[in-house]
Amino acid sequence: MNELISIFIGMALVNNFVLSRFLGLCPFFGVSKKLDNALSMGIAVTLVMFLASVVTWFIYHHILVPFNVEYMKIIIYIVVIASLVQIVEMAIKRTNVTLYNALGIYLPLITTNCAVLGITLINTQEDFSLIQSMVSALGGGIGFLFVLVIMSGIRERLELSDVPKSMKGLPIAFITAMLLSLTFFGFGGMV
Amino acid sequence: MSRLRKEFLKGIIISNPVFVLALGLCPALAISISIDNALGMSMGVAIVLLGSNIMVATLRKIVPNAVRIPVFIVIIASFVTIIDLLFQAYFPPLHQSLGIYLPLIVVNCIVLGRAEAFASKNPIFDSIADALGIAIGFMLALLLVSFIRQMLGTGMLTVFGKELLRLPGLASHPMALFVLPPGAFLVIALLLALFRRMGVLKNE
Repeated sequence: MNELISIFIGMALVNNFVLSRFLGLCPFFGVSKKLDNALSMGIAVTLVMFLASVVTWFIYHHILVPFNVEYMKIIIYIVVIASLVQIVEMAIKRTNVTLYNALGIYLPLITTNCAVLGITLINTQEDFSLIQSMVSALGGGIGFLFVLVIMSGIRERLELSDVPKSMKGLPIAFITAMLLSLTFFGFGGMV
Repeated sequence: MSRLRKEFLKGIIISNPVFVLALGLCPALAISISIDNALGMSMGVAIVLLGSNIMVATLRKIVPNAVRIPVFIVIIASFVTIIDLLFQAYFPPLHQSLGIYLPLIVVNCIVLGRAEAFASKNPIFDSIADALGIAIGFMLALLLVSFIRQMLGTGMLTVFGKELLRLPGLASHPMALFVLPPGAFLVIALLLALFRRMGVLKNE
């Protein structure tokens, strides 16, 4: 149990996906302008990360390893993620139209989100068991959601503040990310 | 010929992938702690970009429009697998230090972006020129960021084990912040702001 908790905290806070592994930066800077969008995107990414981790764990340990074709993992994982995103999109469309409209445009973008492929590769690299993979995916996803929401809150305020002309937009967002990343260093001692 | 030159040059400055288009930021920030990493990463991206652009441009009339994105992704993933294995065989230390960022070239927006925006609509030679231009633009951006981070973060410049330069004072008391994650954000932010100030980039 202790081990699972330390994996979770390690993924969510210490080695945060955005701030210390630099995964998922495109949505981080693209979507984090509004709080609602950030929340929807974060939830969608967490969901896909979790599902992708479970599916790729089974594929890796029950198909790739027995047939000795581990080197195919990159191709297989990206195909799995792309199809998973399609399936999740269809499932949400059928069951919950409100949620579908809220997530709408972000769902297809998740395929090329490096956080999703990143978590599956990290799980394989660390040789996690099924339960460990699930926990690490949840940790990574929640850490991503957490940072996206914080960032969007700050950026909503930045819109109103007086920023030097050449720092407007992306540069000031990077500076904010730098300060956040420095803050997250404080979690370093936790694991 | 001049058309090819134009496609080649545009990738370096006018649409520099990292600074202008803000694409491929993940690897640009994550691995830019040393010149070695920057060279390795940009070599990987260049091979994948060249390979996928050639393949996509060749197949552009055969692939049905509806399934083009999955096809592009599989093509890119195959090239990434090839360079992953090549690096593992010939440059093991580099493969080690690039870690998961080498396989992550698959989801690098630069590669898929060029396949979709350029190679799927243009003939092979234009696509090759485009790939080379973008790859060199990416390499220059990566080298610039790595150079600053390595100089300030370690106080010296080493390329593949050879020490080229050592800053007195800074080498004994390096600003370690710059080789840590926050340093990456800071350097990119300041570079973007500087380029805007100099008028190379447009303000938002």
